Amino acid sequence: MTDPSSPSDTGETLPERTPTEWHSNAMQRRIRRRYARERRFRFFGLAALVLAAGFLAFLLFTIVSDGWRGFQRAEVAVEVTYVEDELTAESGSLARADYRTLLRRDLREQFGTERVASEGAWLRLRERMEENPGLLGQTERVWVVASPEVDLMAKGDVDFTLPAERRVVDDEMVEDYRDLRESDRVRLAFNSGFLSRADSTSSELAGVWGALIGSILTILVTLAISFPIGVMTAVYLEEYAPKNRITDIIEVSINNLAAVPSIIFGLLGLAVFLNFFGMPRSAPLVGGLTLALMTLPVIVIAARVALQSVPPSIKDAALGVGASRLQVISHHVLPVALPGILTGTIIGVSRALGETAPLLLIGMRAFVSDIPEGVTQPATVLPVQIFLWSDEVGRGFIEKTSAAIMVLLAVLLSMNALAIYLRNKFERRW
Amino acid sequence: MAEYDTETVVHEEMTLRNDAKMTARDVSVFYGQKQAVRSVSIDVDSHYVTAFIGPSGCGKSTFLRCFNRMNDTIDIARVEGDIDLDGRDIYDPKMDVVQLRARVGMVFQKPNPFPKSIYENIAYGPRIHGLAESKTDMDRIVETSLQRAGLWNEVKDRLDESGTALSGGQQQRLCIARAIAVDPEVILMDEPCSALDPIATAKVEELIDELQGRYAIVIVTHNMQQAARVSQRTAFFHLGHLVEYGPTDEIFTNPKADRTRDYITGRFG
Amino acid sequence: MTLGGFALIIVALAVLAYLTTRARAAAFGGPAGTMRSHSRPVYHGAWAAILAFVPAILVIVFWAVLGDNIVAQQTLARIPEAIRPGSGIEQQAFLNELRAVYSGALPAAFNENVAAAVPVYGELVGFWRLVIGGLALLLALIGGGYAWLNSQSEFRARTHVESFATIVLALASLVAILTTFGIVLSLLYESLEFFSRVSPFEFIFGTQWSPQTAIREDQVGSTGAFGAVPLFWGTVFIGAIIAMIVAIPLGLMSAIYLTQYAGASARRILKPLLEILAGVPTVVYGYFAALTVAPAVREFAISIGIDSASSESALAAGAVMGIMIIPFVSSMADDALSAVPGSMRDGSLAMGATPSETIKKVLVPAALPGIVGGILLAVSRAIGETMIVVMAAGQAANLTANPFESVTTVTAQIVQLLTGDQEFDSAKTLSAFALGLVLFIVTLLLNIYALAVVKRYREAYD
Repeated sequence: MTDPSSPSDTGETLPERTPTEWHSNAMQRRIRRRYARERRFRFFGLAALVLAAGFLAFLLFTIVSDGWRGFQRAEVAVEVTYVEDELTAESGSLARADYRTLLRRDLREQFGTERVASEGAWLRLRERMEENPGLLGQTERVWVVASPEVDLMAKGDVDFTLPAERRVVDDEMVEDYRDLRESDRVRLAFNSGFLSRADSTSSELAGVWGALIGSILTILVTLAISFPIGVMTAVYLEEYAPKNRITDIIEVSINNLAAVPSIIFGLLGLAVFLNFFGMPRSAPLVGGLTLALMTLPVIVIAARVALQSVPPSIKDAALGVGASRLQVISHHVLPVALPGILTGTIIGVSRALGETAPLLLIGMRAFVSDIPEGVTQPATVLPVQIFLWSDEVGRGFIEKTSAAIMVLLAVLLSMNALAIYLRNKFERRW
Repeated sequence: MAEYDTETVVHEEMTLRNDAKMTARDVSVFYGQKQAVRSVSIDVDSHYVTAFIGPSGCGKSTFLRCFNRMNDTIDIARVEGDIDLDGRDIYDPKMDVVQLRARVGMVFQKPNPFPKSIYENIAYGPRIHGLAESKTDMDRIVETSLQRAGLWNEVKDRLDESGTALSGGQQQRLCIARAIAVDPEVILMDEPCSALDPIATAKVEELIDELQGRYAIVIVTHNMQQAARVSQRTAFFHLGHLVEYGPTDEIFTNPKADRTRDYITGRFG
Repeated sequence: MTLGGFALIIVALAVLAYLTTRARAAAFGGPAGTMRSHSRPVYHGAWAAILAFVPAILVIVFWAVLGDNIVAQQTLARIPEAIRPGSGIEQQAFLNELRAVYSGALPAAFNENVAAAVPVYGELVGFWRLVIGGLALLLALIGGGYAWLNSQSEFRARTHVESFATIVLALASLVAILTTFGIVLSLLYESLEFFSRVSPFEFIFGTQWSPQTAIREDQVGSTGAFGAVPLFWGTVFIGAIIAMIVAIPLGLMSAIYLTQYAGASARRILKPLLEILAGVPTVVYGYFAALTVAPAVREFAISIGIDSASSESALAAGAVMGIMIIPFVSSMADDALSAVPGSMRDGSLAMGATPSETIKKVLVPAALPGIVGGILLAVSRAIGETMIVVMAAGQAANLTANPFESVTTVTAQIVQLLTGDQEFDSAKTLSAFALGLVLFIVTLLLNIYALAVVKRYREAYD
């Protein structure tokens, strides 16, 4: 490369190097190897992402393929005669009528067994009567919830070719089911009870509505506590706090709380709210308080970032026309920062909504078959309901668990979509 | 600003030949919709230092980055026209960009040593390209590169220290030594002194002077005095156009284009 | 009237104070259009409302929180000694039933003694409610009246309102400190109680974990051993070893691909996918691990000839946890890589290095402190994770390095120990708090150290 006749004015003392033979075979081979490594590396990167995405897809696929059956239930058609005497035989009044015995009798008469219908099938009769009191004394065909065994067979989960002792249903039930099929008295219908009932020991009657209401109550408590306190803390730290030891301790506390495992908050709730203050176990109030403490640092951190992003020029302008500090904050800073604060809050709250572990410790794993009506009544929440059902052995609960997960994911997804929408809609660039 | 001619004035001595080390013909560069370089043709010769001057935003750095295809790393950049190295089109799909960059080295505006030891900074290039057979080979390459960059005496006792611990001027000479270590044919320097103090600048300019003749050197600078001090040829760019290209002393003493005259007399820029 | 009724009246009084005082302030003399008083009428009104509302409502809140216990203790003191319940659980049950009957949740008392106590209780509740409600109303009237009288044109109402707001904000920020203290104190208190029964030395170095305490002396297998080493090992094995073996390569490579290779549009699709992975609740991962992954792992283990494979294996829990952590590692690595100055990358590419050489030899080494800090944070998150291990790792405290066997973790044991019917002060339940204390300290130290590393790294490139 170096031409000896070049107009170089350096006193040349350095050893010369032979120019690199870029086109030599060895060099070409080396370059090909390097490019192969490059492609491999790039492939690994893509593979990692595809693997992660594939896992997500697989997870969702498993859940949905199990879960969609949770939204279906088998129903059996029964001819029911609403005989007044029989309904009131026990209690003496229609208000406390005994539909159970009535239905049992009709089932036995028509199918020779009660086992085709669920234990809670009579609830349907009461609904019918409440809708239409004129049915008294009449006969009608009613579709009632089928028993778990019929449910399994109707959904095709039973392999009839297996010998009876290796099936979940005995031969007798299979016969009953065949009869039902032939007379067209069994069908798969939308499981409306799943979205309107609370937990139950029988899988065909269990619903998520109770847990959903529990979740909503809990989250409302969480929100009512963590949002105002979180925003106020952020405002104080960003706009008021003097630089001193206490402020430092607050900052360190918040950063550390954000990283404390959620179960520690459960221990706190158990020791402080339940044992020290004697608040009711299993109540959304305590769950909400516990989750509020967990969510607080998330909101504070998000709100501080949002407040920091408000340009100082706005504050200066407001101060310049004589606004007080509180006026600057409430009239100018907070409105600008609000979308950011809300986005952070939604993210924090949706994390609280999916949280399970701390709630187990404060007793929200109790079996609750009523729909809670207040924040001090026993309740469970969706994630805990999922955990409880996942422990049940029956096949019916597997699809219920997956269906409940679908409900939970749908709620979380729509909350996150709301956060993204808010972020995009109100995001301002200065 | 007065209306100027967009024709390039090329001095007689600089008439374009196709046997120069690197030749650029009708090169345009687009950033998305914006055209940053407008149909520029120029030659870069071995044995000489070529300076690209012009006000900021004139496209000179963008144009420089075309010579070793560093514009490839910017997603929205698009290059049109031909640039040849020894008569081969460097934008030919068959041209290997890794080899190209080994042959056409680059020194950046801000010193960018790797956060590794001084030794490893120099050894990096030869190692990835497989230029050293043995440890002694590598030691020799590191030593000669640092010597050529005039840094050897300052750092020979602390080759294990981090390259980022050096002063700004030393870092920039380290980067030049790093570029030299792969034994390139062309060295591109993108405002190599703009982040340095005057004393460090003087050292780097001295170094460029010493390297001249061994490599084809292209230096982008917004400092006209620097161009006058270190280069033999000067190209003046304005608003993406190459306005004038000629021997440095002529450009500075007797410019032919109005715009060049206005610029070097300080009317704009 | 209930306390809520009193609270409503107080709110009404506050509104009244606001309106009247504002009206009074609006009538301050001076020509229209000039600054007639220091503060605008709104502030006079607000100050009056604050004085009327805050002290009164504090009294009511105080009673709402603590009143019931006071009334219960008084009731117990008043009823004849013969029907008074014993202490502890018996007393607790008595009071629960008493409250339930009184509130109407129970139609009638099962316990005759409770039935006898109900009227006493009801009388006391009514008495105190009147006293507290009356006190609150009085405070509201005094506060509002004082502010009304005080609202002169030179009265600095705005300054007062602003100071009040500042105090409220400062109080709000103390909640974070209170929470931290609450955690530390409650964990310490219960742990000390535990360590007064079980030696800390045994807890930290013992290798036997079987927390059942004997109910009868001669009971078999109820030694009540509290050696937590198997739990610590299980936690580390699942959270810091297996999970990280999955999460580090996948997370790091994902981040590298996203930041260095993927085009803008691919990034727009792939990044939210990772975020979804991070947003899936842990109970869903746990369910998936227990129902799908664990049986698959077991079958695999049996197929390669490991017969001891358990259906609750460390591998299943750890692997799923690793997948859960991928987005976390990826986003930390993403941040760390993005913080490396672009000039470094350009410098390497300009030497003729391929992108992968640039990544492996320049970018990753340069970003290493940031990446390591991120991984430490990920470890801290993994060892604090609960649901996956509760559902998929099992309860057997094995000290084993065989990933196909069942191990248990600190978090899984905390849940196990504190759910179900437990008397609160047994060594078994208290040990959960000792475990919680260890978990808290370890995650705290990990976080402080990791954040310091990350921060130092950021500063190096700023």
